[in-house]
Amino acid sequence: MPTATDHWYDFRDLSNLSRVILEGIDSVGPSELAYLVAPLIGFVAFFLVFVLPSQLFLGVYGERRIIGRMQARKGPNRVGPLGLLQPLADAVKLLQKEALTPARADRAIMWAAPIFFVAPAVLLFAVIPFGPRMVFADLPAGLIFFIAVSGLPVLAAFMAGWGSNNKYSLFGAMRVVAMSVSYEVPLVLMLLGVAVFANTLSLPGIVLFQAEVNLWLVFMMPLAFAVYFICVSAELNRTPTDIAEAESEIVAGYLTEYSGMKWGLFYGMDIGYALAASAFAATVFLGGWSMWGLEQWVPPWLIFVAKTHLFYFVFIWTRGTLPRLRVDQLMGFAWKFLLPLAVFNLFLVALERLLWAEADLGDGIVFAFAAVNIALSAVAVWGWARLLGYRPERMPTRPRLAREAGGYVPLDDPAAGGR
Amino acid sequence: MNDVVQSEPFVMNIGPQHPSTHGVFRVKATVDGERVVDAEMVIGYLHRSMEKLAEERTYTQNIPFTDRTDYLSSMSNNLGYCLAVEKLAGIETPPRGQAIRVIMAELQRLASHCMGAGAFANDTGAWQTPIMWFMREREKILDIFEMTSGARLTCNYMRIGGVAFDLPPGFEERVREFIAPMRQTIADGEGLLSGNEIFLARARDVAVVPHELAINASLSGPMLRGSGVAWDIRKADPYCGYEQYEFDIPIGYRGDAYDRFIVRLEEMRQSLRIVEQALDGLPGGPHSTEVPLALRPPAGEAYARIESPRGELGYYLVSDEGPSPYRFHIRPPSLINLSVLREMTVGGSIADAIVALGSIDIVVGEIDR
Repeated sequence: MPTATDHWYDFRDLSNLSRVILEGIDSVGPSELAYLVAPLIGFVAFFLVFVLPSQLFLGVYGERRIIGRMQARKGPNRVGPLGLLQPLADAVKLLQKEALTPARADRAIMWAAPIFFVAPAVLLFAVIPFGPRMVFADLPAGLIFFIAVSGLPVLAAFMAGWGSNNKYSLFGAMRVVAMSVSYEVPLVLMLLGVAVFANTLSLPGIVLFQAEVNLWLVFMMPLAFAVYFICVSAELNRTPTDIAEAESEIVAGYLTEYSGMKWGLFYGMDIGYALAASAFAATVFLGGWSMWGLEQWVPPWLIFVAKTHLFYFVFIWTRGTLPRLRVDQLMGFAWKFLLPLAVFNLFLVALERLLWAEADLGDGIVFAFAAVNIALSAVAVWGWARLLGYRPERMPTRPRLAREAGGYVPLDDPAAGGR
Repeated sequence: MNDVVQSEPFVMNIGPQHPSTHGVFRVKATVDGERVVDAEMVIGYLHRSMEKLAEERTYTQNIPFTDRTDYLSSMSNNLGYCLAVEKLAGIETPPRGQAIRVIMAELQRLASHCMGAGAFANDTGAWQTPIMWFMREREKILDIFEMTSGARLTCNYMRIGGVAFDLPPGFEERVREFIAPMRQTIADGEGLLSGNEIFLARARDVAVVPHELAINASLSGPMLRGSGVAWDIRKADPYCGYEQYEFDIPIGYRGDAYDRFIVRLEEMRQSLRIVEQALDGLPGGPHSTEVPLALRPPAGEAYARIESPRGELGYYLVSDEGPSPYRFHIRPPSLINLSVLREMTVGGSIADAIVALGSIDIVVGEIDR
């Protein structure tokens, strides 16, 4: 366990600071005041210290810089040193722009959609533990809270698509809902496996579990981690599953008719949701604030932020690399591939948990479990893919070559040499 | 309430302002959910009446017009037109002029395929990365064009009887420097996309054009070769001395969007081979023959065709011994390749329709002229 002291200047635990402030308020004012101020401090702490800077400088600036790097170009480099003020300039620009509403749009719904979209993003961070005592709302069922709240923006996206009264928007909205319904199922089944293994639904509890056995859940359940990543990128509409905003197909999906700061809210909070998903992944799979004892020397919240950003980087990376799947392929992938794997993972993990509890094997056995699970996961993924008809070796990636012009060259013509 | 849920097809406009129509082109797609049940193409948004305008100008003055038909491959268009005029007037091009033309046409094919393959990757959702890599190489080609002709996009470099200027000093080194990175970029693009499962899922067996349909619809270029038909004007009806260069015709397997993509990548490799050979054997001598400024070809007609990046580009000219053509007609490969779009899209989803359109690699300036 980390040994942060209770002094306010101990930056390994920022909750000291808020405690000192609250104690000070309590000593001078009525106790009700402290109750009012406490959530405010918590909100300011995680939102202004973590969410907003991460959103601006990783989500907006970092993403553009990193993708620029991948695409052999520079990215924003004009506003401020190294272009660091670009997100602020963008925000100012968006505030100045007119937010158009089409004449035939459903004004009320279209106006309300961004608000419905923003509110859950803020709620999501409430249950994320930034450090041993740095959690805004230590809910016993934080896992369920997170899953439930992260399902809400789908409603807002559907409102946006419906209210815009635009065919592209409606397509986007339809796709969002279909995706969300499909991908929630394997996602929840995977997280059920996590809850079974860690024996708790509380997010700080899951982190403590990983710190105690000295092994992160990503090693114990690589399959769950992989499926979680795929499912959240589908739900967040990140490439390769960004079909709801597929630029080359349906222009901008449910955002087609939005402009100005209304669009800015959607854009900013998309990043917010991606950050929340990254923070959740860092908590559940990457050990949260724990780092094999390092958290006693480095502030745990810094470790946590680093892990979150690392996970977010993978989002950026896939976005810069992969093409997009078609909507029916994505649905088929969720139901035919991810769901059976999720069931398999749940079964495997539950069996191991039972064995662990019944046979009284001690904590060291988790390393054996991890080795078994990694091997079995690889076998399961490969085997199930083969069963579904995946045959990579039958795909020629170079064309045939003909020496002379002529007519049609049949596929079995040896002269063309099918490479 | 026995009919609770009713659905009916509705019309969705893809274009003329849409990120994936590659210009002002419009598809009126009737969709039933995600499935396309009918597609109607609407063209003409970029019509500039070039064929009629050309009847009022001299033969030399028409060359800049051809730049602006297929604006992504102006060199090829120049070449096709000049060949037609030379055929009409019986003008010979000196060997050096022919070799320069070959180098320029092949560089232009590379530049155009960079754009075509990159934009196709964009259409499948590979968000900007492959296209930016290809654009980096395309910039180098445009730089080479700039140092040769003074212009990057609308080069206006070919002349009747040769080319406008001889190659500038340092040209050969510049092109040779460009070849190795270009090869690497083709390999990179291939590595990023060709074996990618998602890309395969998107492009394999999508927008299939069987070889019978390809031939019946008079397709040409990568569209035809993607369907497995070995046909290339450079081999079948050589011009500019293409018969002395060694290269192969890449052909696809099933005629799907993926085949057309890999055929384009392989054609880029073959073009590099041709450029290298042409540079090695670059003859000396004049780059152009003397042609009277007000050319009056003998009465008659001529049709010259070349293998442009998009397919068979033909120019048909009729002369009445006047200083300007009596009739000037272009056979644009994009328009004729586009004619099978309905067959390619109906029955697939909207996403497939975008991939089908991207795999044709149209240039609207050429379709509407």
